[in-house]
Amino acid sequence: MYDIAVIGAGVVGGMIARALSAYRLSVCILEKGHDVAVGASCANSAIVHAGFDAQEGSLKARLNVRGSELMAGVCEELGVKYKNNGSLVIGFCDEDRETVETLRRRGEANGVKGLRVIDQAELRRLEPNISENAVCALWAPTGGIVCPYELTIAAVGNAMDNGADLRLDFCVSSIDRIAGGWRIRAGAEAVEAAAIINAAGVYADGIARMVGDNSFSIHPRRGEYVLLDKECGGLVSHTIFRTPTKMGKGILVTPTVDGNLLTGPTSVDMQDKEDKATTAEGLSRVMTEAQENVRGIPFGKSITSFCGLRAVGSTGDFIINRFGEGFFNVAGIESPGLSSAPAIAEYVLELLRQAGVKLEPKPGYNPRRPAMHAFREASAEEKNRIIRENPAYGRVICRCETVTEGEILAAIRTNPRPRDLDGVKRRTRAQMGRCQGGFCSPYIVGLLAEELHIPYEAVTKSGGKSVINVGRTKEV
Amino acid sequence: MDTMMDRVDLVIVGGGPAGMSAAVAAYESGVKNLLILERDSHLGGILQQCIHNGFGLHRFGEELTGPEYAWRYEKLVHDYNIPYLTDTMVLDITPDRVVTATNSERGVFTIAAKAVILAMGCRERPRGALNIAGSRPAGIYSAGTAQKYVNLKGYMPGKNVVILGSGDIGLIMARRMTLEGAKVHAVCELMPYSGGLARNIEQCLHDFGIPLRLSHTVVEIHGRERLEGVTIARVDERRRPIAETREYIPCDTLLLSVGLIPENELSKTAGVPLDRVTNGALVDQDRQTEVEGIFACGNVLHVHDLVDFVSEEAEIAGRSAAAYIQGQSAEALDIPLSVDGRVRYTVPQRITQKKDVTVFFRVADVYRNVTLKVLDGDRVVLKKKKPKMAPGEMESVTLKPEQLAGAAGLRFELEVG
Ligand SMILES: Cc1cc2nc3c(=O)[nH]c(=O)nc-3n(C[C@H](O)[C@H](O)[C@H](O)COP(=O)(O)OP(=O)(O)OC[C@H]3O[C@@H](n4cnc5c(N)ncnc54)[C@H](O)[C@@H]3O)c2cc1C
Ligand SMILES: Cc1cc2nc3c(=O)[nH]c(=O)nc-3n(C[C@H](O)[C@H](O)[C@H](O)COP(=O)(O)OP(=O)(O)OC[C@H]3O[C@@H](n4cnc5c(N)ncnc54)[C@H](O)[C@@H]3O)c2cc1C
Repeated sequence: MYDIAVIGAGVVGGMIARALSAYRLSVCILEKGHDVAVGASCANSAIVHAGFDAQEGSLKARLNVRGSELMAGVCEELGVKYKNNGSLVIGFCDEDRETVETLRRRGEANGVKGLRVIDQAELRRLEPNISENAVCALWAPTGGIVCPYELTIAAVGNAMDNGADLRLDFCVSSIDRIAGGWRIRAGAEAVEAAAIINAAGVYADGIARMVGDNSFSIHPRRGEYVLLDKECGGLVSHTIFRTPTKMGKGILVTPTVDGNLLTGPTSVDMQDKEDKATTAEGLSRVMTEAQENVRGIPFGKSITSFCGLRAVGSTGDFIINRFGEGFFNVAGIESPGLSSAPAIAEYVLELLRQAGVKLEPKPGYNPRRPAMHAFREASAEEKNRIIRENPAYGRVICRCETVTEGEILAAIRTNPRPRDLDGVKRRTRAQMGRCQGGFCSPYIVGLLAEELHIPYEAVTKSGGKSVINVGRTKEV
Repeated sequence: MDTMMDRVDLVIVGGGPAGMSAAVAAYESGVKNLLILERDSHLGGILQQCIHNGFGLHRFGEELTGPEYAWRYEKLVHDYNIPYLTDTMVLDITPDRVVTATNSERGVFTIAAKAVILAMGCRERPRGALNIAGSRPAGIYSAGTAQKYVNLKGYMPGKNVVILGSGDIGLIMARRMTLEGAKVHAVCELMPYSGGLARNIEQCLHDFGIPLRLSHTVVEIHGRERLEGVTIARVDERRRPIAETREYIPCDTLLLSVGLIPENELSKTAGVPLDRVTNGALVDQDRQTEVEGIFACGNVLHVHDLVDFVSEEAEIAGRSAAAYIQGQSAEALDIPLSVDGRVRYTVPQRITQKKDVTVFFRVADVYRNVTLKVLDGDRVVLKKKKPKMAPGEMESVTLKPEQLAGAAGLRFELEVG
């Protein structure tokens, strides 16, 4: 029996598992996907919010501000790209100006440092491509950007390096009380654990119901994005938000840590928790509104569009609590859940401690994980040394992002090991560039087949029925 | 592995038909200290995966397959002992022609060159560039990727196929997939005409009874893990989908043949200015870019439909680079070429020497009974009539030295009707 089972390998489950792996506890992460980071944690705005959005006194406010303080350190330890680029909430009229002032006061009450309302001239100096109609802005110098799936993968990987187990394709379908804990079933398979942490994203309400907790529900809210070529990443340097109105938070424009330009998200309430399709209306709204905030966004240089589902909880705040003996909810983690994740992990440890779980530091715990992008950032001399030892680092497989065979093989061999094309993509950026895998995917399929000892045609895009090829030629 | 910088007279980036032809021409013009850098494991470029016939009719007067055509040049490269490195990716070119590349043997290394020829070819436009709504399942490929799976790897990406875009690769793949036993339900083309060669429409679609749906596009993608179907719709004159014409086609594969983009990322590192229409470098008749000593040819300069013209253009670049290295220069003119929009672009965009210059161009739409006029102010320098011009076929005219004499600028205009 494990001491603790964490259900859900998103950024929240991942950060919690990592925090637990520092103690003498046996931990198992249960994830229904074919890989980690396949829920909200792989499709979001990737912003480390400063913390002026959430209502004063809410758990969201507190964990956001704390999470944002911890983020740079966590990313450094895990070798994840993070950038403190600052954010701007731009206003177009007097009403906006008032809202901007309100956000500043709220942020200050939440403990956000360095907030300042700036005028048009200063705004232009900071962002020359900003809309001519923007007249003021809230400047939040502590705002940042991070790669959310990289953070999730690194957190889970670091937990595993420190002894945690990961079960993929494990879709929790029932939970039963047994002596001293729980039996958690996924179809015919089962795992036993003394305590459960429910971090199942949009499905957290269903998991809670399995143990009789009907106190909350979660509904999905769609957010659609358009991502542009790296050529466009320099159009703005800060994250640009529109002043929120009754209609919602509006479309943001931001550089990503990898240098692309990201625009989105829309905000549409949904029923279906699996429907991650983009819509023509959504994409066109993203493009129209983004143009209103920033001039000259070349949408002809879009390289992909995608959609994420927010897990909107029925209470309006994060739902982090204990339900009876040995069951903990970490639910309703919508935005700013990514920013808050390191602080959520701290908070959950505290809940466990209060519930009597013994947290004894584990000797040999290593909080660090080698950076996934160490090679690409190395100097030419360092690269040459690595290539001399392992010539696979001299073979470029993904031409658009310059990813070598050595880096892809290393990713396939590192915890948590990817088993499909999307997994390799999220770890190495191979197939993420301007040709979107047109050149390199046939090679990567070959590398996966070899490493996983499976036939070439058994390799999938993202597990299940998502095969890339249906058979050999002249056989179908 | 060496940290010392190599010195070479001419570096050719890309070992496709353009790179090989340019190298051969430069060699024959006396440049013996040259080097081809190719990121693939073989020379030949995109031709390696084009196992169909239809290459070389103009150049060799016979129909060759892609690999056969490439072999003719590869053989010359070998016969002349022209040095080349494969599995070698060029990472950077500076304006003063220092080329940085990487491979397994030498690691990251640099070469200083007297001249550089850009011959990197082009890549296919991916789904993301179109922003088609819907899910993101497996089963969506650019046509060239599918071609690689089928022709080079021996695997079938799917059995029930819809193709979006009637570019040549899409047409060729419609036939290829059919021959391999798949069912191609339709080729949808957004425009009211195909961008592919007439002969490919005949031989790849008509001969197999595959419907070409002009003025149609894919508006939605369905399926969570693997593609299950697409919704297509007719578009109006402004290319907006008409809701009432939506139609669902079940399929497990969608191939995209929606355009090629010249691979000019390296050209940009070298500071080479690009043409907004071709997405390739601005060049003179010698295919010299606006950065001295850097030349460009083949699909990286503008997208060609026939490899024969790629070779022809690459030979110009190879000979001119040789002349540049040898310090030859002829009397200089400066005649910019401009277009009226019906003519979308010309290559070259500038003429600097008084000699026979063949100007290649493409038109923006299908036009009938046309007269191409080349004007110097009000003076008609040249006129050419044709029953039809279409975007899918590259056109050319040759200007004579006496037509260039005294010209301040040449404007390419199309009269219709
Ligand atoms: C459009 C959008 C924009 C956002 N922008 C930001 C932002 O800019 N900044 C920010 O801080 N936050 C942002 N967020 C919020 C942030 O993305 C989330 O708060 C965070 O990713 C939640 O992480 P999670 O681990 O709780 O959920 P998820 O990443 O969804 O992980 C839950 C996991 O549980 C698994 N699971 C579900 N059911 C089961 C089951 N039965 N058995 C086993 N496993 C199961 C799922 O497969 C999934 O992997 C945004 C969210 C969205 C959708
Ligand atoms: C599917 C298809 C069907 C076709 N059908 C016909 C036909 O029937 N008849 C016909 O005549 N023509 C046809 N063509 C057109 C013809 O093949 C192309 O015009 C021709 O191959 C272009 O040659 P190129 O050398 O410019 O480019 P490519 O063949 O693309 O070669 C470019 C080379 O540069 C290399 N390269 C790029 N970047 C780097 C770098 N950074 N470092 C090192 N190397 C690099 C690439 O790997 C590649 O090998 C077809 C083309 C395709 C794609």
